[in-house]
Amino acid sequence: MAEYMILIYEDENGYATASPDVFQQVMEAHNRFAQHVEAKGGKMVSGNALQPTSTATSIRGDVVTDGPFAETKEALGGYYLIEARDLDHALDIAKSCPARFGGVEVRPIMVFPE
Amino acid sequence: MTAVPDRTGGAGFPGAAADSRSRGGRKVPGRRPRQDPAAAVADAHRREWAFVLAATARVAGDIDLAEECVQDAYVAALDTWSRQGIPDNPGAWLTTTARRRAIDVLRRSATLRGKLPLLIEPLPPVPGSAPPGPFPGDDVEIPDDRLRLVFTCCHPALAREAQVALTLRLVCGLSTTEIAQAFLVPEATMAARVTRAKKKISAARIAYRVPGTAELPDRLDAVLTVVHLLYTTGHTAPAGADVVRADLVERAMDLARMLHSLMPDEREVRGLLALLLLTDARRSTRAGPGGRLLLLAEQDMIAEGAALVPGALRGGYPGRFALQAAIAALHAEAPSYQQTDWRQIVELYGVLLGVWQSPVVALNRAVAVAMADGPQAGLAEIEELERDGRLADYRYLPAAKADLLRRLGRRQEAADTYRRALELTMNAAERDFLSRRIAETGGQR
Repeated sequence: MAEYMILIYEDENGYATASPDVFQQVMEAHNRFAQHVEAKGGKMVSGNALQPTSTATSIRGDVVTDGPFAETKEALGGYYLIEARDLDHALDIAKSCPARFGGVEVRPIMVFPE
Repeated sequence: MTAVPDRTGGAGFPGAAADSRSRGGRKVPGRRPRQDPAAAVADAHRREWAFVLAATARVAGDIDLAEECVQDAYVAALDTWSRQGIPDNPGAWLTTTARRRAIDVLRRSATLRGKLPLLIEPLPPVPGSAPPGPFPGDDVEIPDDRLRLVFTCCHPALAREAQVALTLRLVCGLSTTEIAQAFLVPEATMAARVTRAKKKISAARIAYRVPGTAELPDRLDAVLTVVHLLYTTGHTAPAGADVVRADLVERAMDLARMLHSLMPDEREVRGLLALLLLTDARRSTRAGPGGRLLLLAEQDMIAEGAALVPGALRGGYPGRFALQAAIAALHAEAPSYQQTDWRQIVELYGVLLGVWQSPVVALNRAVAVAMADGPQAGLAEIEELERDGRLADYRYLPAAKADLLRRLGRRQEAADTYRRALELTMNAAERDFLSRRIAETGGQR
């Protein structure tokens, strides 16, 4: 098994204008996803949602600025760290990761030699 | 390119070799004619590279190490075969040599292990097989891992251009220089592309395996698309370099034959092979100053291709390669362009559009409609495609439209439209043709 990070990129406007119903659906979808990872034979290591990029502070050198590192239409809004057998397995799991207003990116975790 | 192997030695085409081929150690049926060692090495490079590399990758567990060991084995072959004669089964000799080398390197240097590790599924134990000896490469049946290699190279997590480059490099054994030349990119760019793809296979753990039944149709489609892309790139190389071009066409044909021999029940693989055979037969017809001999070879290709078509179409909804092959067969078997069964071709394009909604297919259908129902009907369809906009920079759209305008006697519009096609065309032969048409329809060049 190896670790992969599923990075969730979404249009934040989607959530800013979403009704309570939509929020409810999204929460339920994420809860189902957590179970789904195990059902698929993978392992959920951790996962978190992030506050929107309006709360972000960036530091480059010594300079502290308000805002995210890069302005993009779809911003990183949360992540899951999972364990999977190989990339196909990780992709199979990530396909059911909720990302109603965008998509996800799957990245292998770098392993350093002992 | 690598030295062109002597293919007149009666050993048949590579697919035949693949069909009756060795599985490590077994003799190839029939006696190989005496050959010059250098030619035999070149021949084995062409026929056996994929088998040797795929089998060595299993032992090496590392793509780069496997490649190095296989290269070394070919170098060693030149020397050994010159002194001791050419072995009965060059592929098995090369595989054993490369695998021994890999095991050797792995034993000597633990640090090298896992430079670009490859995720290899263990083989299920073969009932009644002997336990592995001191050299696992020697006495154990060598599995045919060529399909694993192909599916790894064409994994959807790799960009299409990387899939193409890796397939040429790892499955066909072309050097980075050769691949760069074929695709008209700087060598450094191609080298970076190959390295990056190999790193991704290793770091993201793209498994060395043939996909399961559920994924197979999509994954196979990616493989067939790569092979077809190689063929069309060779077929319509944008500029010069005829040798490189012919080589890509042959590599694509070899790959299609190899896939067909390894997956004989896959209808789309059969469809692709048929399509390439039929298209290629017509390609040489068009090019052909070669006379009778060439014609016989063409007829063989057409017969072979056409014979594959029914099996590719039968048994459920036909796929896009099978349908294109069926269309190519109708073209190839028609006594002349005018006497082609255009009605049926229009039908087939209609079915093809159902499984593959490509504007290029729609354009081809429009051309067939013009032949079946007259230029006016075809023109209407092309104009609709123009409004769609997806083919805005596709040179064959104005070229086809101009031809219909010319046939309708609308000379000025035809000349203007030929000019638009000329602006989009780099290929010298096509530019000549379009310029002649512009002159004929009364326009200035």
